[in-house]
Amino acid sequence: MATTSKHFAGTPVTCHSFNKARTEVAISPNNHEVEIYSQKGSDWELTATLKQHEQRVTSIDWAPVSNMIVTCGVDRNSYVWTREGNEWKPALVILRLNRAATCVKWSPKENKFAVGSGAKIICVCYYDEDHKWWASKHIKKPLRSTVLGIDWHPNNCLLAAACADFKSRIFSAYMKEIEEKPEGCSWGKKMPWGNLMGEYSNNAWAHSTSFSPSGDKLAWVSHDSTVSVFDTVGDKLHCIKLPELPFLSCLFFSEQSIIVAGHGCFPALLNFSDKLEFKQKLMPKSEAKTDSKAQGARKMFEGMDSRGTTSQVKALDTIHQNSITQISRYSEAGFATTGVDGKLVIWNTKAMSDVTFL
Amino acid sequence: MSTAAAGGSALDSYLNAVRATLTAAMCLENFSSQVVERHNKPEVEVKASKEVLLNPVTISRSDKERVLIEPSINSVRVSIAIKQLDDVDKILCHKFMRFMMLRAEHFFILRRKPVEGYDISFLVTNFHTEQMFKHKLVDFIIEFMQAIDKELSEMKITLNARARTVAEEFMKSFTS
Repeated sequence: MATTSKHFAGTPVTCHSFNKARTEVAISPNNHEVEIYSQKGSDWELTATLKQHEQRVTSIDWAPVSNMIVTCGVDRNSYVWTREGNEWKPALVILRLNRAATCVKWSPKENKFAVGSGAKIICVCYYDEDHKWWASKHIKKPLRSTVLGIDWHPNNCLLAAACADFKSRIFSAYMKEIEEKPEGCSWGKKMPWGNLMGEYSNNAWAHSTSFSPSGDKLAWVSHDSTVSVFDTVGDKLHCIKLPELPFLSCLFFSEQSIIVAGHGCFPALLNFSDKLEFKQKLMPKSEAKTDSKAQGARKMFEGMDSRGTTSQVKALDTIHQNSITQISRYSEAGFATTGVDGKLVIWNTKAMSDVTFL
Repeated sequence: MSTAAAGGSALDSYLNAVRATLTAAMCLENFSSQVVERHNKPEVEVKASKEVLLNPVTISRSDKERVLIEPSINSVRVSIAIKQLDDVDKILCHKFMRFMMLRAEHFFILRRKPVEGYDISFLVTNFHTEQMFKHKLVDFIIEFMQAIDKELSEMKITLNARARTVAEEFMKSFTS
């Protein structure tokens, strides 16, 4: 299985986002900074550091066409960054939040973006031409806890939210101020601002949600290790509970395949045709690692000295060594993951001969 | 796995149950407070938002020996009740736990006060699971549970041996 990975110096990577050409990536090393890396051959080189947030950055999204980066953080703020030469210039977004912003995502047309928050609010932000700033409108009801994940429908109007109040919801984020009235879609005909288009219950916190490329299906993962898909064709909810640790992120990769990843430290592939099926874990082929006996003994005594244990620190047999927190689409046949272990891994599904994507 | 210590299969199954529950409970993420602005607190301690707390689990080996695991979205609290059969056990356990809890900062995950009804408590937050291997944290708690029983029974034997010697010396003064 072909993967390439980059290890960012020992701190967790909170979030990541690639530019359109996939030559640059923005990550946050679990603090108030956003670092931009450019690809140099097989390695990544730090080219810019964006410093404006006062507290931990929680989410980054890089718009492919307009090339603007939007970030949000625990300091309740969000910034839109535009590139001028080699400099990145921040513009404050008027979020009017009083709790941490948790997740941010550009809409497909890039004329607005959504910010989920711990204030039980989703802010949908747009550029106010009159005042020359980014203004926001709030969706409050019926959110009852922190929004943990959001995703846009391809029609630029519907917004899915995964929430810590055990629910996944679909809202209309159509703004009559800035856009044309949308045509009806499979989730409903009328879409006035803030309208709840769908609400689905889980047995635990919903962590992440993703629309299928056509927008007719919605997938989400919840903390009881369940992957759920709602299919508008037939109006049916499909759930599968897996014997793994909970998943934190999901990506509807193609119309029939879903990739999930989380505390188990490996991505897993699920297929969805008529029903939801677990396909396989995406693991590297295990390499036979054998320590020489002398080294093993030495490690044992070191362990007894420093930790008071005789068992050795064994690396996990997955590529990521700690929870995976985000999956993103990398190319037609690839996706990227980052996690608490500080690794960015790019998975090439074409080279996964043992993996069949429908 | 290091669970195959003295005590037989009853202890093994007890420790395996604790290990499995801890592994599942330690799926933590960074979560900012919903109640206080710009704060980040272990939700299991503040208990201000009910929806981010999970059901507490008690695993008992006997009426005297049990573990309470209280998971939440960003922290998990593990409380251990250690087997105490008589007053000597109680005194030894109390002294030993007090000794450790006074030095809690050296143990990272040790809580300064135990939860009521238990002898010692650990508090693992998402910051600990970011810095340390999760499976090693679980190993640490399991090994602690094994070691503490051994340590206390050894202390009790030493204490009894010492008491016997003292009593002998004392009685000698009447016989001679």
